[in-house]
Amino acid sequence: MKNQNILDKVKPKFFKEHQESIYQALEDKHTTIESIEDEDPLNTKMILNMGPQHPATHGVLRLILQLNGEVIEKTKVDIGYLHRGVEKIAENKTYQEFMPYTDRMDYLSPYSNNVALCTAVEKIANVEVPERAHYIRMIGCELARISSHLLWLGTMVMDAGAISFFIWTFREREKLYDIFDNLGGHRFTISHSRIGGVANDMTDDCIGMIKEFVNTFPQELKDWHGLLDRNRIFIDRNEDVGVLHTEDALELGAAGPTLRASGYAYDIRKMEPYARYDEVDFEVPTRLEGDNLARYYVRMEEMHESIRIIRQCLDKLPKGPVRTDNAKQAYPSKDEVYYSMEGMIHDFMMTDTGICPPEGAECYHAVEGPKGELGYYIKSDGTGHPWRMKIKTGSFANLQILENILDGEMVADTVVIIGGLDPVMGEADK
Amino acid sequence: MALELSEKHKQVIDKLSDNFPDKYIETYQSSGDTFVRVEADAIVEICSFLKNECHFTYLGDVFAADRFTSRQRFEVFYNLVSLKDQIRIFIKVLLEENDPVIQSVTSVWKSANWSEREVYDMFGIQFTGHSDLRRIFMPQDFDYYPMRKEFPLLGIPGSIELPNTTPDTE
Repeated sequence: MKNQNILDKVKPKFFKEHQESIYQALEDKHTTIESIEDEDPLNTKMILNMGPQHPATHGVLRLILQLNGEVIEKTKVDIGYLHRGVEKIAENKTYQEFMPYTDRMDYLSPYSNNVALCTAVEKIANVEVPERAHYIRMIGCELARISSHLLWLGTMVMDAGAISFFIWTFREREKLYDIFDNLGGHRFTISHSRIGGVANDMTDDCIGMIKEFVNTFPQELKDWHGLLDRNRIFIDRNEDVGVLHTEDALELGAAGPTLRASGYAYDIRKMEPYARYDEVDFEVPTRLEGDNLARYYVRMEEMHESIRIIRQCLDKLPKGPVRTDNAKQAYPSKDEVYYSMEGMIHDFMMTDTGICPPEGAECYHAVEGPKGELGYYIKSDGTGHPWRMKIKTGSFANLQILENILDGEMVADTVVIIGGLDPVMGEADK
Repeated sequence: MALELSEKHKQVIDKLSDNFPDKYIETYQSSGDTFVRVEADAIVEICSFLKNECHFTYLGDVFAADRFTSRQRFEVFYNLVSLKDQIRIFIKVLLEENDPVIQSVTSVWKSANWSEREVYDMFGIQFTGHSDLRRIFMPQDFDYYPMRKEFPLLGIPGSIELPNTTPDTE
């Protein structure tokens, strides 16, 4: 199909140049195939535009598929519909002010994002974090990972055809929301982590809730395994679908569970341990197949490992302060702010100027988010604002994979493959 | 400042400076991360050397920064990870403000494709040899490079006027 024919049919009204270029890019992809099959006597070829407003694309992802019958010949992915320019915003905010924006990047696991920003700022500004805060952060991160994987599980199984599963995983997520509500005062975008520690300590009530969740959740996981592992429909829809071969996975830059499902045990928690991940015992689940079913097993096992980590953290949870007691580096506690003059001045200074890393310092710090490596590069000019902040996200990397693994698949498998990769557009588009 | 390199980092940097004596410029450390500055014109050779000889098989990211200086305004970083040695290294090149052009490393790692498109979209740095250099976040019709420092935080130059922010004094 020629580019002009497509454009004549589509008649784009907005951003004409953009529409033209993406159809042109689709035509240019593997031009060798195009030249052989230029004639189409049976009229089986069509261009399918999927999204950005499509319920199965998990946000505002747009795919342009060239179909031959039911087979996808080639694909182009168009992202950027949720681009808010958070990196630009970061350059005009203090580090602490930027925290709520990170919640809205990967909005399925806000806690990981907060911790990623805090650890990066702590690394560049040499802030010591109390032991207890590290453990609270680890518990928060692992709960966020479970929360994110639960949403993935619900929607992915729904994409494969089972609607009721979504309700069961959301019942568990609801418990996690309640825990976060008790922990930080918000259910969804919690912003609980602070530079130099966390905002407030866990209550006994909260620890009780986490313990109860840790005790009941493995049984739920077991039930889901029982429901899905030998389910003929589920396996037929996922096995050998969207295969990312081991030799391509690194080359194409896959991240997180997608990379681990293709055979590489690349986990930041093991490679560059942050917080206290070097003191807890856990495995990095991997699979070799690289298909959607392998991704399912990897994520399910990751939830098991998260529960294991939370259990160990609860056992080890040391006593002590939850934020560093240096008023030049972190917010003073509210007691100090309300009852002492110095406390109030320091609080004001932290809000106004914030923490100032040394001039010219650069750092990169990554955490293992639920979607993959979540890294913050910060370059400081000595003021309270970063000179440049670059955020490396797992979803962006995995969407690039999508463009490569969709070719040759059936059109009905598209939504399952998107579901299996688990992209979050807030994170990919930044 | 004296460098405190780990054994593996040291080996990599020694190899690099031995093999590319003209192209290697300097190594520096900041907050525990290792940055290696090289000449921009040899980036593809250096990257393929690092990939093939030093096991840097995984390209984490390509990103740029705007230094807002009159000379060598832009810097481009390559975040490389070696799964074998479990180390991370940053390769950095500096580019001039007028006509910032660098060779694309998509021939070395395919994953550079989208990252380079993002750098092009946000900073206007051209990558020669890139197969599909389109904007990625902004629409193709967009005329500016928003992450450059001169781009305002509010409003697009020449677009609809922003609402008046000063209070109404009547």
